[in-house]
Amino acid sequence: MSFLQIQDATVTFPARRGSEAFTAVKGVSLSIAKGEILGLVGESGCGKSTLSRAIMQLQPLTAGRILLEGGDLSKLDSHQLRMARLNFQMVFQDPYASLNPRRTVFSTLTEAVRARTGKLPKEALWERVAALMQRVGLNPDFALKYPHEFSGGQRQRIAIARALGPDPRLLIADEPVSALDVSIQSQIINLLLNLCRDLGLTMLFISHDLSVVRYIADRVAVMQNGQIVELGETGQVLTAPQHPYTQKLLEAAPALRLAEV
Amino acid sequence: MSTAAAPAPSPAAFELPHVQPGRSLWQDAWARLRRNRLAILCGGLLVAIVLFCFLGPWLTGWNPTETNLALKATPPGTVEIRPDGSGGKHWMGTDPLGRDILTRIMRGGQVSLMVGLVATGVALLIGVGYGATAGYLGGRWDMGMMRFVDVLYALPFMIFVILLTTMFGKSMLLIFLAIGAVEWLTMARIVRAQVQVLVRQEFVEAARSLGLSTPAILIRHIIPNVLGPVIVYSTLTVPAVMLLEAALSFLGLGVQPPDSSWGTLINDGAENLETSPWLLLYPAAFFSATLFCLNFVGDGLRDALDVRASKD
Amino acid sequence: MSTVLDVQDLKVSFHTRNGVVRAVDGVSFKVEKGKTTGIVGESGSGKSVTCYSLLGLVPMPPGRIEGGSAKFGDVDLLKLSEKELQRIRGSRISMIFQDPMTSLNPWLRVGTQVAEPLRLHEGLSKSEAWKRAVEALREVGIPDPEKRIHQYPHEFSGGMRQRVMIAMALITRPELLIADEPTTALDVTIQKQVLDLIRDLQKRLGIAVVFITHDLAVVSEVCDYVNVMYAGRLVEASPVQELFARPRHAYTQALMRSIPALQRKGEPLYTIPGLPPDLANLPSGCAFRPRQTPERQALCLTDRQPPLVEVSPGHWAQDCPGCLIRD
Repeated sequence: MSFLQIQDATVTFPARRGSEAFTAVKGVSLSIAKGEILGLVGESGCGKSTLSRAIMQLQPLTAGRILLEGGDLSKLDSHQLRMARLNFQMVFQDPYASLNPRRTVFSTLTEAVRARTGKLPKEALWERVAALMQRVGLNPDFALKYPHEFSGGQRQRIAIARALGPDPRLLIADEPVSALDVSIQSQIINLLLNLCRDLGLTMLFISHDLSVVRYIADRVAVMQNGQIVELGETGQVLTAPQHPYTQKLLEAAPALRLAEV
Repeated sequence: MSTAAAPAPSPAAFELPHVQPGRSLWQDAWARLRRNRLAILCGGLLVAIVLFCFLGPWLTGWNPTETNLALKATPPGTVEIRPDGSGGKHWMGTDPLGRDILTRIMRGGQVSLMVGLVATGVALLIGVGYGATAGYLGGRWDMGMMRFVDVLYALPFMIFVILLTTMFGKSMLLIFLAIGAVEWLTMARIVRAQVQVLVRQEFVEAARSLGLSTPAILIRHIIPNVLGPVIVYSTLTVPAVMLLEAALSFLGLGVQPPDSSWGTLINDGAENLETSPWLLLYPAAFFSATLFCLNFVGDGLRDALDVRASKD
Repeated sequence: MSTVLDVQDLKVSFHTRNGVVRAVDGVSFKVEKGKTTGIVGESGSGKSVTCYSLLGLVPMPPGRIEGGSAKFGDVDLLKLSEKELQRIRGSRISMIFQDPMTSLNPWLRVGTQVAEPLRLHEGLSKSEAWKRAVEALREVGIPDPEKRIHQYPHEFSGGMRQRVMIAMALITRPELLIADEPTTALDVTIQKQVLDLIRDLQKRLGIAVVFITHDLAVVSEVCDYVNVMYAGRLVEASPVQELFARPRHAYTQALMRSIPALQRKGEPLYTIPGLPPDLANLPSGCAFRPRQTPERQALCLTDRQPPLVEVSPGHWAQDCPGCLIRD
C-alpha cells in the first residue's frame, strides 16, 4: 500500500466578478511510496502549487480523494484532521516571507513542536528546539534571534526546522532552493536528502529546475495545465522523455557547456 | 510554571544553550526613533503637557469652576485676594465669569486628552479586531463585514450624535462612544487592507499547516505585523478626535458648562477676541502644541517602523 | 574590435548604520562591440551595483563612488552630471531588469512606454514614434504588434513583457545594453526564448551587452567573456570556453562543482562551506579564505588583497597562493 495516494484530485476556483471559473488541477492521480522522493516539475501556473496546497489540506478538493496509508482524509472529523495534517509539513520557496518577522526562532519552533505535543515544560521545549536547530545545522545559541538577523540560507534552515517540529512523515518542499544563492542551494539540498534518509521521511519535491530534480528525486511527475503528462523513474523521464512537453522542457534548460571538470 | 524546584537532570544531560539575545524589529524601530531628535523632543513635550494638565490643578490653588464676578476677564497677572486672605496670581488672567484661565486650561486638557486617548483606544480595539477578522476570513465574510462599515460611513456623523444625545441624554461617556464609533471605521479599513496582504504570506500558510486555530493565527502572526501602521494611524487619530470633540462642544453636544475642554475654551475665547485676546491665545497655544507634537511623533514612528528601512 | 566600455578600478561603497560596505572594490573590465560580457556572482557580490553605478542609478547617499573611471566612447561616465547621464541613459546605454512584472508602468499603454525613449531622445512626433514602436515590437517577436501596442502591460504574459522591455531598450539602437538577470523570473521554456532573442538581436544590431546573472549555465550559453565576482572584487576573468574548461580560482571551481547537474546521483552534493561574505566586515587579504578547506586556508594571503594576474593569454585570476590553481 502506498504511503500517500491522490485519486482524481480536481480543484476548481469558482467564477468571480471579472474572471471565469478556473480548474487549476484536473483529475490528478499520484501515489508516493514510503521513503520515496517524488519530483514534481512544471512551469508557473501549471497547478503544482495548488496541488501541494490541496495535499496540505489548505485548499479543499472539488473532486477526488487523498488517502494517507489507505485512510481517506476527507472522512476525518476536524480534530482528527488537525492531527493528520501534522503528518504533512511544508517548506516554502521564499525564506524571507515564510518566517514571521516579529517572532524569534525559539518562538517559531516551539509553536511547531507544541502543535503535536501540546503544552510542555520550558526545559523540555528548549531541549526540543535545540535538537531541531542542531538537526538542520544551526547553532542553538541563536535561538532567541529574529529572522532578519539570519542570511537567506539560514532562514531556509529555520523553515525546515519548523517543518520538522511536529514530527511529520511527509515533507512538501515547494521550490525550496530556487530563491537561494548557488553556493547555498547545494547545502540545502544535501540537508533535505540527509533528513529524508535519517528520519525516514517521504518527500514531494516541487521544482522548475530539472537539474535539481534529476539529482534529488527517485521518480518524476511532469505537470502541465493541471494534469500529469508524464510520470516515471527519474533517469528514464529525463533521458528518454515520452511526452512532447517534457521534451520541450528538457531542451529549453540551459546546459552547461562544460568540458567535465 | 517556573516554580518547579531544581529540575531533575534529564537522561540526555541536556545543557541549556548559551543563548545570545536577539534584536527584534521593535528594538530596531526604537533605536531608529531615538535618533530622530525632533520626534523625541515632541514626545517629551507631550508627556510634559499631560503631567501639567493632570497634576497642575493642585499647584495653582484655584478651582476651575469657582466664579468671581468682581474679576471679569482680567488680563494675565491679575492678583486676587479672597476675603479670607487666601488667593494668588491669575497667571493667564480670568474669563468673563472670573474663573482662573490656567486652571481651566488644565481641566480642559484633562477632558480633551481623555477624549483623545479613550476614543482612539476604543477605535483601536474595535478597528483592529474587526478589520483583521474581515481581512483574514476573506470572501463572503469580508464582503458582509466591510459593507456594514460602508453603511456606517455613510451615516452623517452629526446626525448620529444628535440622535444619540436625544436618546440617552448628554454625557461624557456618550462622547467617547460616539467618537470611537466613528473612528474605528477607518482603522478597520486600514487593518483589513494590511491583513489581506499578510494572509498570502507563507508564514501564515505555515501556521495554518501546523493546525493553529484562527484566533491564534490572528493574535500571534497577523496582528503583530499590522501594528506598525496602526500605531502611526493612532497618533494621527488622537488629534482628529480632539478636533471632533471641539466641534461637538461648539454645537453644545459635547462637554457641558461649567466643565470645560480645550474646544469649549477656544470657542469662548473666540467670542471675546477683541476685548480680551488672552482668552483665545492660551488655550489655542496648548491645543496646537499638542497637535503639533502628536504629528511629529506620528511621523517619527512611521519612519522608524518602516520595514524597508530595517532590511538594508 | 573596438572597446565600447572600459571600466578601470571602480570603487563603490555604501555608508550605512552598520559601517561602510565596500560593495565594489577595484573592479576593471572591458566590453567589446558585438560581444556579450557576463558578470557572475552571488547576492552581495557587487555585480548589480557595478552596473548601476555606471548609469548613476545607485542611490547617493548612502552610496558613494570612491574612485575609478568608466570610459564610454570619449566620456567618463563616472564624471558626468545627472543631466548628461539622462541624455545617455535610454538612448546610448539601455537597461533591462529582472522583473518584467514591475518594470512596466501598469497605467500606461505599451505603445506609450515603448515609444517614450524616441520621443525623449530623438524628439519624434507621437505618430512617428508609435510607427517605430510597432516595428520594434515586431522585431522582438510579438505577434500582431499593431493591435498589441494599444494594450496595457497586464494583458501581456511575463515572457511577452520581457520582450516589450527588450523592444523598449533597443528602440534607440543603443551602443550598450545592460541586462540585469533578465531571465531569472521567467519559466525555463520562456527563458530560452528570451535568451535566444537577446543573442539574435545582438548579432543583428552589433551592440555590446553586459549580462549580469548568478546562473553559470546561462552564462555558458550567452556570454563571450566572463567576469566572476566575489565580495566586491573580480576573482577571475576569462573568455567563456577557457573559463569553463580551465577554471583557475578556487571560488569559480567550487561554484561549478556545486551545480547539481554535474553530480552523480546518490553522492552527496559538493558544497562550499560557510556563508556568503559580509561586506561590512570582510577579512583582510583574500576574501574567499574563510570558505576554503583548512590546508588551503593556510596558504591564502592574509596581509593584502591578491592582485589579478594573467595566467594564460586573456585569462586573469586573483593571485592568491591558496586560491589560484596553476597547471
